[in-house]
Amino acid sequence: MKSSVIIFPGSNCDRDMDVALRKFGFKNQMVWHNDAEIPKSDLIVLPGGFSYGDYLRCGSIAGKSKIIKSVIDFANSGGLVLGICNGFQILTETGLLPGILQQNKYLNFICKNVFVKIKNKENKYFKKIKKEVLELHIAHNEGNYFCSSNELKSIEDNGQIAVTYCDHKGIEDEKNNPNGALKNIAGIFNKDKNILGMMPHPERMIDPFLSGEDGSIFFKTLIESL
Amino acid sequence: MSEVNEKIAVEHGLKSDEYKKICELLKRTPNITELGVFSAMWNEHCSYKSSRKHLKKLHTRGDQVIQGPGENAGVVDIEDDDAIVFKIESHNHPSFIEPYQGAATGVGGIMRDVFTMGARPIANLNSIHFGSPDHEKTRNLLRGVVKGIGGYGNCIGVPTIAGQTCFDESYNGNILVNAMTLGLVNKNKIFYSKAAGINKPVIYVGSKTGRDGIHGASMASAIFDDKIEEKKPTVQVGDPFTEKLLLEACLELMAGKSIISIQDMGAAGLTSSSIEMASKGDLGIEIDLTKVPCREENMSPYEIMLSESQERMLIVLEEGKENEAKKIFDKWNLDFAIIGKTTNSKNIELFFNNEKVAEIPIDFLADNAPIYDRKWVKAKLPKKNNFSKDQFKPLKLGDCLKKILIDPNIADKEWIWDQYDHTVMADTIQKPGGNAGVVRVHGTNKAIAASVDSSANYCHAHPLTGGKQVVCESWRNMISVGAKPIAITNCLNFGNPEKEKNMGEFVECVQGITEASKYLNYPVVSGNVSFYNETKDKGIKPTPSIGGIGLLSDYKKMMTMELKNDGNYLLVIGKTEGHLDQSIFARNILSEFNGPPPEVNLFNEKQNGNSILNLKNKNLIETCHDVSLGGILTAISKMGIKSGKGVKLFPLEGLVNKFEYFFGEDQGRYIIEIKPENLENVENILKKDSIHFDKLGLVEGDKITLENDIKLSIDEIKEGYKKWLKEYMVN
Repeated sequence: MKSSVIIFPGSNCDRDMDVALRKFGFKNQMVWHNDAEIPKSDLIVLPGGFSYGDYLRCGSIAGKSKIIKSVIDFANSGGLVLGICNGFQILTETGLLPGILQQNKYLNFICKNVFVKIKNKENKYFKKIKKEVLELHIAHNEGNYFCSSNELKSIEDNGQIAVTYCDHKGIEDEKNNPNGALKNIAGIFNKDKNILGMMPHPERMIDPFLSGEDGSIFFKTLIESL
Repeated sequence: MSEVNEKIAVEHGLKSDEYKKICELLKRTPNITELGVFSAMWNEHCSYKSSRKHLKKLHTRGDQVIQGPGENAGVVDIEDDDAIVFKIESHNHPSFIEPYQGAATGVGGIMRDVFTMGARPIANLNSIHFGSPDHEKTRNLLRGVVKGIGGYGNCIGVPTIAGQTCFDESYNGNILVNAMTLGLVNKNKIFYSKAAGINKPVIYVGSKTGRDGIHGASMASAIFDDKIEEKKPTVQVGDPFTEKLLLEACLELMAGKSIISIQDMGAAGLTSSSIEMASKGDLGIEIDLTKVPCREENMSPYEIMLSESQERMLIVLEEGKENEAKKIFDKWNLDFAIIGKTTNSKNIELFFNNEKVAEIPIDFLADNAPIYDRKWVKAKLPKKNNFSKDQFKPLKLGDCLKKILIDPNIADKEWIWDQYDHTVMADTIQKPGGNAGVVRVHGTNKAIAASVDSSANYCHAHPLTGGKQVVCESWRNMISVGAKPIAITNCLNFGNPEKEKNMGEFVECVQGITEASKYLNYPVVSGNVSFYNETKDKGIKPTPSIGGIGLLSDYKKMMTMELKNDGNYLLVIGKTEGHLDQSIFARNILSEFNGPPPEVNLFNEKQNGNSILNLKNKNLIETCHDVSLGGILTAISKMGIKSGKGVKLFPLEGLVNKFEYFFGEDQGRYIIEIKPENLENVENILKKDSIHFDKLGLVEGDKITLENDIKLSIDEIKEGYKKWLKEYMVN
């Protein structure tokens, strides 16, 4: 399976994502933001970081970058696009995913392990995962998901909520909402479920010596589903 | 151009006799640009004029040392051609004036020092000291500093893996922000600042030059007064995004062979970077200031030379490599300008609009900078307190423990490190809140441990002992995670060196650091000095911060501090005499602030540490934690809180004062957890090696118990310990 990780100036999780993808069998290539074309891929990843310094708004300049047109074309033709953290922010800025990511409720950057509940397994990202709850890691300042009530209804009706913050048992309450996200939303799909944006970083959870191993489950099952 | 006279020189922070010396050296009056250059090079921050004499005594050598003090950062060998570049640096003065930018640019500056040498930064640490929690400024300063450190480090994508936060009223008017960075480099590809060769192009890369930070280094060499707010323009403004680009661009250029020397523009900006490169290479340098990329209009030569705008580098390139280098900086959208060349004149010559605006022999600025042998007084060892039995009578061990766990200097600092990305780069295997932060050396079985420590109360009570103690504490932190201690970097934060008492504190702390680092083969390879941490005649407690690093040859054998399994034994390694003077217990419970710090016995320190590593290598230790502030009971509480496990303490033998035993801060001690089946073996090894140990108790249940004296649930003590800082920051 071939994957491509896009590097924007200011991306800083590009290497970690490369390491994770390779570890679980992807043939990964790094693609520079100023390139016009993306090599043939089964999966495109927009990694975390601070693309273009997150100036103006997080992800907004990256959302207008040269490479992004190819990403949009790829996504519109049904290709798998995964945006993690800043990548999720970029996907909302391009309009590929609905809603926005605001500053965290308590106005602080948050770096810690969280639990997320998988809300929809009828897609290539989660269909082979047996668990209902994954322990992943977040590190962001703007992860507070928000959308209009009409949009919310539509994403709920279409099963577009991918993962929500919860406790280790899967209880999704205010106490386990780290950033104030609407409905505890940690990640969403587009209507066709080929695009996934989420705040948590599975690539930081691929080794028992790191924060944990649930990220391994994510990548292992993802390559199996492709 | 304004006329230069003594009054203007004094306004630049120079002393009258220093100004006279400048006129004598030049055999004329300097112009304003030249005066600016002199003031930037001769201030305390850049010249080390008060400290140099004493810093020479530091122990800086060892087989593991590739580069000691005197470069952008120190470099140590970690085997297999890998080396670690690391350094700690202060950004105290600016952080008090403007906490966010002060702290942020402190982090940015130290990272540049590290990647200037060709290393990719792999971990950040910090040591921050604030005034009393009751002081009106403390909360906002703490919030701003933490946001600044996070704002910069998080954006660059380097994990902040450990740190230290202290509160003490002596920092009410002068907070301390010390930032440390570790970088990884191939030991055959290290870059230095020494220029070589004549007519080599001098290249400016990075951000444009603005009017921010002018006189920053002079400001950092002065005491504060009521008008400190007016100094805001001397604080630099950081842009971590540009730094990230600069980092990637520099590392890309360094992969080739075009760089002769490279130096970041830190304190005193273009002035100090150009002069240092030329001075080290015994060369002259010629710069056309018209070619310096500026972001503001009509900047004068004086302003360009003294600006401390961030994210800039100066490079001496091989001839003919300019285009190749420019391509890289173009790719990263950074300014690239050829601004001058190396010469054989041994002078710095500055041109502006085709006119020579300054010419000064380099050695006047570097070698001939003033050096002072300041007067100092030796500190006496304070008399020991004789605590009476009556003082302990009304106290209960459990209540004292609960109080100590919410002492601002003990309570959990999660509120701080949750705001730092400590997991980016996906190699952090021990997060903040442990004995030390640990990161893997990417793609290998090795890992590097790092911590920062300071003990201002001990140093204040007796600087010589305090200096030794901080080094030992750093050494213990390395041992506690199972790392072999390699080397240290020191950030020496002191008051006004023109006062004999403060100078004495400095001299004796340095002596203590030297003795301990020599004995433990734990050399100092880099660091900086921050004097004049004083406001309206009130100085800080002497605060040397020691950043230590250690090597784990197999990261899978790393030790952690959380209690593991019921039924395991807990042993205290090292002798407990019950030294309460200067302890948290004495301050917090007995309100006694005098007395000597705990004695440091370097022989025991080394023996105990080595025996821990020996036991660890035999896989006999489940858990390890060093005993420091708050003594044994505080240490086991933290170990229990981490995993939710309790401890059944064994009754003490003989007529021991329980408060002294459990809260004393004797040095050289560790608590280790041992499986019952290994106990006999461990005891035999320790006896054979003549290591003192006590059997402390068993891991058991979810409470800390001691006969009828203590019965505390871990949940109960955890709540107070975890919540103090969070509640403080909300209020």
